[in-house]
Amino acid sequence: MRICVVGCGAVGSLFAAHLATLEGEVDVWAYDVVAAHVEAINANGLRLTGRADVLGAVNARTDPREIPPCDYGIVATKAMFTADAIAQTAHLFADGAVCSVQNGVGNEELIAARVERVIRGTTFPAGHVTAPGVVEMDTAGETWIGPFEPRPAGMAEVERLADLLTRGGMPTKALPDARGAQWTKLIFNAASNPLGALTGLTHGRLCELPDARRLISGLVAEGVAVAGALGITLDSDPDQLIDHAAKVAYDHRASMLQDVIARRPTEIEALNGGVVRFGRECGVPTPLHEAIVALIEGVERSWTSQPQMT
Amino acid sequence: MTKRVAIIGAGTIGSLLAGHLGTVCEVSVLTRRAEHAALLNEHGLRVSGKHELTAQLFATADAAELPEFDVGIFACKALDLEASASRLAGRAPGATMMTVQNGLGAEDVLARHGEWPIISAVTFMSGIRHSDCHVEYELDTATWMGPWARTATPYASVLELAALLISSGLEAEPMRDLLPAQWSKLIFNSAINSVAAVTGLPHVALFAREERCDDLGHLVHGLIDEGVAVATAAGVALHDDPWAMNVLAVARGETAHSDYAHRPSMLEDVEAHRLTEVDFITGALVREGARLGIPVPLSTAMYRLVRGREASWSLPGVAVSA
Repeated sequence: MRICVVGCGAVGSLFAAHLATLEGEVDVWAYDVVAAHVEAINANGLRLTGRADVLGAVNARTDPREIPPCDYGIVATKAMFTADAIAQTAHLFADGAVCSVQNGVGNEELIAARVERVIRGTTFPAGHVTAPGVVEMDTAGETWIGPFEPRPAGMAEVERLADLLTRGGMPTKALPDARGAQWTKLIFNAASNPLGALTGLTHGRLCELPDARRLISGLVAEGVAVAGALGITLDSDPDQLIDHAAKVAYDHRASMLQDVIARRPTEIEALNGGVVRFGRECGVPTPLHEAIVALIEGVERSWTSQPQMT
Repeated sequence: MTKRVAIIGAGTIGSLLAGHLGTVCEVSVLTRRAEHAALLNEHGLRVSGKHELTAQLFATADAAELPEFDVGIFACKALDLEASASRLAGRAPGATMMTVQNGLGAEDVLARHGEWPIISAVTFMSGIRHSDCHVEYELDTATWMGPWARTATPYASVLELAALLISSGLEAEPMRDLLPAQWSKLIFNSAINSVAAVTGLPHVALFAREERCDDLGHLVHGLIDEGVAVATAAGVALHDDPWAMNVLAVARGETAHSDYAHRPSMLEDVEAHRLTEVDFITGALVREGARLGIPVPLSTAMYRLVRGREASWSLPGVAVSA
C-alpha cells in the first residue's frame, strides 16, 4: 500500500509521520516544494513533537516525477495551492483515491477536475513547522472523511483509509456524508481564524473579550444559515466548539494569524470567501463574512501597495 | 478683539493651531510633558509644508502657570480630554472654549469642568509631527466651527474666532449649526479610521473601489450607509455626503501627490500600539444606533475588531506589527 501526502507542511506532516508508523504495511511518500524540509525528512526522518512523539520514515520529494503510483493521496496544501498541487501530482493517482484534509470549501471540486475518485475530508489536528523535518503538533483531534458526491471514492475505499489513519494514530471516522463535519469546521474556522489575524489575539484571548466573542457568534450565525439552506446537517454546534477550543487551545495562534505575521497570502478565499459564495448560490445574505473577506484582502494589500510617505 | 489664546495639547493639531496663531496673537500652550514645554520656550514652534513660519510662544506643563486667556482651544485627543479639562477646572471663568476632538461628546466632557461658553469644531486639516517643536502642515482643509447649543454660545464669538484663525493663515468656516458637519465627519471618520486601523492600509483609492464584488469600497460604503441612517434617525441633515468625501479624499491623494496617501490617526495609533479613539468615533455611532433603534452591524463589527486589536497590546497575546 502506497500513500502520498501532497503538501507536507504542518498538517501534511502529521498525516505522513503517523501513517509511517504502520511500518511494513504502508509506504509513505510526500510531495512538497520546500527543499530544506524535504532533504531533512529524507536524511533524518519526519519528527513530530508536542502532542505527538513520532519519528516516521517518509520518502519526500520536490519533484513528483520521482514518486511511484499510489493507492491514496492526501492533499494538505494551503487552499490557494490546491489547483497547482493536484495538477503536478494527478498522474500518481490514476488508480487511486485522493482525500482533501484542507481548510475551507472548494478544494474537492478542484481535485475532482483532475482525479476520478475523490474523498471529502476535514481534520482538526494542527501544528507548526519548527525546523526542517520537525513539526510540533499543538492540537490533537479527529478527522472525518467521506465520498465526495460528484466524483466519489467507494465507501469501502474510504473506510480502509479511515482504518489506516486511526491505527497510525490519527483517529478518523468514515462517514457516508462528510459535509456536516466539513461545514462545522468551515464555520468554526471562518468565525475565529480571521479575527485572530485581524486583532493579533490568540484563540483563547479572543474568546475572553465579550465584544470579540459576540462578533464570532454573528459570523457563526451567518454560516449556520448558509449550511441550513444547503440542506447540510452540522454535526455539532460551532459556537460550542469555539468555547471548547478556547479551553483546549487557549494559546493557539490561528493559522491565518501566523500567515499575517509572516506576510503570506491567507486562505480567506476558501474560508469566508466560501461561505459568501455558497451563500450567494442559495440566496442567504452574509454581510459580516463579506466584510471580513474585504478586510483580510485589505491587510494583504497593505504589504504590497503601501504608498511611500513624502 | 481676541488677543490671548491658550492651546491645550500640542500634538499635531494643537501645534498647527499654536504655530499659526502665534504669528497674529499672544499664544500660550499647555503641554503634557515639561520637557516639551521647555523645548518650545527655547526654540519656538516651526511650521513647514504648506506654510513656512516659526512662532514664539509661552509653553508650560503646569496649568497653574498658564497666563490669563480669552479663548482656550482643547486640541488633545478625545481620550485625554477628561484629564486635560480637569486641569483647567475653575480657571479662566471669562474665557470661551473650543473643542476639536474627533467623534461625539467632547463638549459634554468639557462642560462638566466649567461654565465656559463652548464652540464645537471639527477640523479637516492634517499634519505630520516631526518633533516637539516642528510640525509639517499637510492638508490645508478647513476647520468648521459653530456654537454649542447647550451653552448658548453667542454666534459672534464663533465669527470672531474664525476670523482670527483665517488671519493667521488657517482655513476656517463658521456655521450657525455645526451638527450637520460634525455628523458628516463622524460618519466619514468612523468608516475610514476603523478600516485603516484593522487593515493597516492608509486612505488609498481601494477605499472607494467597488468594481469587484469583494472590493474594499463596498465595506466602506456599507459603513457609511449605516452612519447616514443613524444621522437621519437623529434628525440631522448632513452637511456633506460622507461617501463623496471619501471619493474626493482618495482622488486628491492619488492625483495631487501620486506617492502620498493620508494615514488616518487610528492607523497611527495602532502602529504605535496606543489606544485609539474608536470609542468616541465608531463607538459613538454604534451607541447612537442602539439608542435610536437603527441596526449598525458592520460598524459594530469594526468597533469590535479595533477593540480586539487594542487588547492584543494590553493582554499577553500576539501583537501584529502593521
